[in-house]
Amino acid sequence: MAAAAAAPDSPLSSTNIFAPATTPAKTIFGLSMFVLAVTGLIFVVVAGLLVYSLVKFRGRAGDAGREPAQVYGSTQIELAWTVIPVLIVAVLFLATARVIHAIQDAPKPAAALDVTVIGHQYWWEFRYPKLGIVTANELHIPASDPAHPTPTFLKLLSADTNHSFWVPELGGKTDLIPNRVNQMWLDPTRPGIDLGQCAQYCGTQHAKMLLRVYVEPPADFAAWVSAQQQAAIQDQKVIAGKHVFETTSCINCHAVSGTAADGRFGPDLGHFMSRGTIASGAAENTPANLRLWIQNPDAIKPGSLMPAMKLSDEDLDAVTAYLETLR
Amino acid sequence: MSTNAIAIENLRSAGRPWTETLHEWVTTVDHKRLGILYIAYALFFLVVAGVEAMIIRIQLMHAHNDFVSPQVFNRMFTMHGTTMIFFVAMPVLFGFANYLVPLMIGARDMAFPRLNAFSFWLTALGGLLLYFSFVGGNGLYGAGNAPDVGWWAYAPLGAKAFSPGHSSDFWTVALLVSGFGSVGTAINIIATVLCARCPGMHLGRMPLLVWLNLVMSGMVLIVVTPLTAAQLMLLVDRYLGGHFFDTQAGGSATLWMHFFWIFGHPEVYVLILPSFAFVSEIVPVFSRKPIFGYPVMVGATVFIGFVSMSVWAHHMFTIGMNSYANSFFTITSMCVGIPTGIKIFNWLGTMWGGRIQFKTAMLFCIGFLFQFLIAGLTGIMLASSPFDWQLSLSYFVVAHFHYVIVGGILFALFAAFYYWYPKFTGRMLSERLGKLHFWLFTIGFHVTFDVMHIPGILGMPRRIYTYEPRPGWEILNLIVTLGAVIQAVAILIFVWNLLSSYWKGAVAGNDPWDAWTLEWSVSSPPPAYNFATVPVVASRRPLWDQKHPEDPDSRYE
Amino acid sequence: MSALTIPITQPPRPWVLPDRGKVAMASLIIAESAIFTIFVVAYLFYVGKSLAGPTPSQVLETPVFYTICLLSSSLTVHLAGTFLKRGRQGAFLSLWLLTFVLGSLFLFGTAQEWHRLIYEKGLTISTNLFGTTYYSLVGLHAFHVTAGLVMLLVVLVFGLAGRVQRDQSGRVEVLSMYWHFVDAVWVVVFTVVYVLGR
Repeated sequence: MAAAAAAPDSPLSSTNIFAPATTPAKTIFGLSMFVLAVTGLIFVVVAGLLVYSLVKFRGRAGDAGREPAQVYGSTQIELAWTVIPVLIVAVLFLATARVIHAIQDAPKPAAALDVTVIGHQYWWEFRYPKLGIVTANELHIPASDPAHPTPTFLKLLSADTNHSFWVPELGGKTDLIPNRVNQMWLDPTRPGIDLGQCAQYCGTQHAKMLLRVYVEPPADFAAWVSAQQQAAIQDQKVIAGKHVFETTSCINCHAVSGTAADGRFGPDLGHFMSRGTIASGAAENTPANLRLWIQNPDAIKPGSLMPAMKLSDEDLDAVTAYLETLR
Repeated sequence: MSTNAIAIENLRSAGRPWTETLHEWVTTVDHKRLGILYIAYALFFLVVAGVEAMIIRIQLMHAHNDFVSPQVFNRMFTMHGTTMIFFVAMPVLFGFANYLVPLMIGARDMAFPRLNAFSFWLTALGGLLLYFSFVGGNGLYGAGNAPDVGWWAYAPLGAKAFSPGHSSDFWTVALLVSGFGSVGTAINIIATVLCARCPGMHLGRMPLLVWLNLVMSGMVLIVVTPLTAAQLMLLVDRYLGGHFFDTQAGGSATLWMHFFWIFGHPEVYVLILPSFAFVSEIVPVFSRKPIFGYPVMVGATVFIGFVSMSVWAHHMFTIGMNSYANSFFTITSMCVGIPTGIKIFNWLGTMWGGRIQFKTAMLFCIGFLFQFLIAGLTGIMLASSPFDWQLSLSYFVVAHFHYVIVGGILFALFAAFYYWYPKFTGRMLSERLGKLHFWLFTIGFHVTFDVMHIPGILGMPRRIYTYEPRPGWEILNLIVTLGAVIQAVAILIFVWNLLSSYWKGAVAGNDPWDAWTLEWSVSSPPPAYNFATVPVVASRRPLWDQKHPEDPDSRYE
Repeated sequence: MSALTIPITQPPRPWVLPDRGKVAMASLIIAESAIFTIFVVAYLFYVGKSLAGPTPSQVLETPVFYTICLLSSSLTVHLAGTFLKRGRQGAFLSLWLLTFVLGSLFLFGTAQEWHRLIYEKGLTISTNLFGTTYYSLVGLHAFHVTAGLVMLLVVLVFGLAGRVQRDQSGRVEVLSMYWHFVDAVWVVVFTVVYVLGR
């Protein structure tokens, strides 16, 4: 996997809207530059006139008692500085409308990948309906070749409150709203990791509902897909931990294929170890963090909806070991 | 010859029991006293909401900071926004309108003095209710405290399911109550302006401040009430099992958004119009020329009032509206910039060819002009919906609207304070402290809000209690916090100026600025009855006519 | 400085401004219209969107009689005002009382309809979207009718005590503006709920 500007999975990767990596993002970038140029020009002209007037027409010591010419207005000037802004607005609007249409009304190619994104308090559920995959928080998509585009079309839903999917370098944000179906698309050409996070205040832990998008060359993506399509690994060495997992309330919220767990309130854990982070990016996926998360989620993400499981130390170690096998 | 000032004069000459004075103020129906009550109330909450802002800024100084918990932080930004809009900006602007409108139209009081008092006390009650939530927000279930759903309380976050306890109810009821107060004052202003003008003051001869407050009041009638309606619906959902915004029952979260922003966007025009009013009165006096293009200024105001009702969904560009809706709201939002720009040009035209006096009030107006220009231009950027798909819900937007509200409205308010404080109190504010306040606040403002645009561009969303150490975020947030500290110091200087000048300021006299509207024809402060005889006017600048009988405005209008 | 006067060469035209009571009531009506508009928008938006429960065509019965009562009360209140302006106390009081009775009949009709809907048809404010929007919209209107009836009653009491004369006809007119508004809102609500929404 090619590295992004900084270390790929470090939180130090940039999320700069002016570093676009997809067609929608680049189109927006082009429009932004145009708008910035026009508004910049307006600023220079008007601010320049303001500064000029302040300097040229400042009162001087000898002024006392004398009033300047009392001018009430001028129809021609008013007309001029009405018509010019109208023209500027017309130009800006036309440029904008073109981009709105290009992005929102783009046709969907047959080779597009469908992903359904479901926003939860405070994590992301990703389903690939045609591939039979359910995962969470870290989205894997194939890089798209401009000659034969394979964009990813995201269907955006919410299970609870409003969220917003924002990965700045991959495009503008679109909200996930309960009882509403939204759509967006991306076609990154360059493999790497792109970071983002929820942008619509959704509750206590809105701040730690982070996003990772792994853009992979088609072969790597295919490999990831088949790994995800396998049933969860059943490792005999951690049978004790699996037992703990299946007999506590874990199974009410989480799902692991091939076990009794089929809850959908929390993330699917079938291939939990394929993710670089836990708690939707709130912590690195290490055994120590995992153990802490299960023992006391508030230590990592206070206010998240994962309850402290109140397990004994042995059970905690066992279930952590079990989850560590779910590659 | 000075007519006798009553109210504040008595405060200075001690000898009356303080209980009597307190009783007078609590039961007053005099528009001038109510104006001062509104302003004092707002200043208190300005400090409170400022403290909330400082808590936010300290928490955000570093990544992964733990100055406050996420729960407290979420309450802070909710209360900061709600307080600033409803218990600082609205009251202070209504306060100035209350004080000045009757004086400027040659009336003795507002049309309905008792309604005036009632409206003020309703607003005051609203503020108390909102802040009582810190203490009483724990409902039967022990859940809840101050509201923490953001000042928009988006559905379904505000529903019982996601917001148990009573914190959201305090938000709802407090704003419901103060909303009635706002509508009451708006009705009063409209009735006063239409029914109580002195002879000769046709609508075309009213000071622009009066025009702007008239349009603002008309807007309040149809803008605050949608919020009232939405809040009633929310209460039905929360307490009567209703489903207005219950997505599980087929309800719509976006319906709340539409209702809220049908209020929320025109609301910011409600706040900016009186700010335009201050600038439109002050800039001419300190340029020594009449306002350039009075009829156009009136027309632009009315046009803004109407067009601003058609732009609301530019706050909703990311919710997935179709391309036609997005295009519609893009063009209306850009269009509303046109009359606003025209106003800036007219102020420029007023200064052009004048003899500008750089008194503190004028300095704040000049700051307003530059900053409002910039805020308007970042607004144009946000109006371009695809650009907004990146900028929305980020610190770029936070920077934009603070640029308007602090860089625009607050600067105009400071100008109004320096300009009319002599009229309200009979004393001049210190120019020395004023200039210190101006420069310090301007520097702090720019350090904070210029820089704040950048984290937004770098992908930092709003309403987050902490953040990952992404490139640039930490140093930029630190700088933003530093600017906030500078602004806080400047505000303290301002408050000190207000207090110390009351006793030690130079005596103002009737007309310290050599101005032209009717309030400067009476003593400072004015007598309770405003005018001994009702004035008769023949132009927009009655005092100019009086001071320049050889060249009265009436000849040219 | 003494009061401001400017030498005027010709006598000023009579300076007549609108009546403040009427302007204030008109402003209040505008504000209230905005509130009702939002409730009507919500009602229309949710037509046909209930996931379960009774639908309008299943349970609503058009309240023709009570509507006629309410709308005629606009006529009676208008006539009452005209008579008062002409100084005909008796006629004013009778028509005012008739207005009050007609308005109360309307409220009674609403109560009757709600009783039927709740107890016979099982439609409450929490049943479904239709229930929520229906009771809210009609209830908001009924609340305004109630407030209007209270004010009408106050005037009636003052009138019976002989304190409402020709001089008070301006204030009475302001109140009847409110009453006309309440009726106009009913026309809209009726159309939306019983005509369009079914």
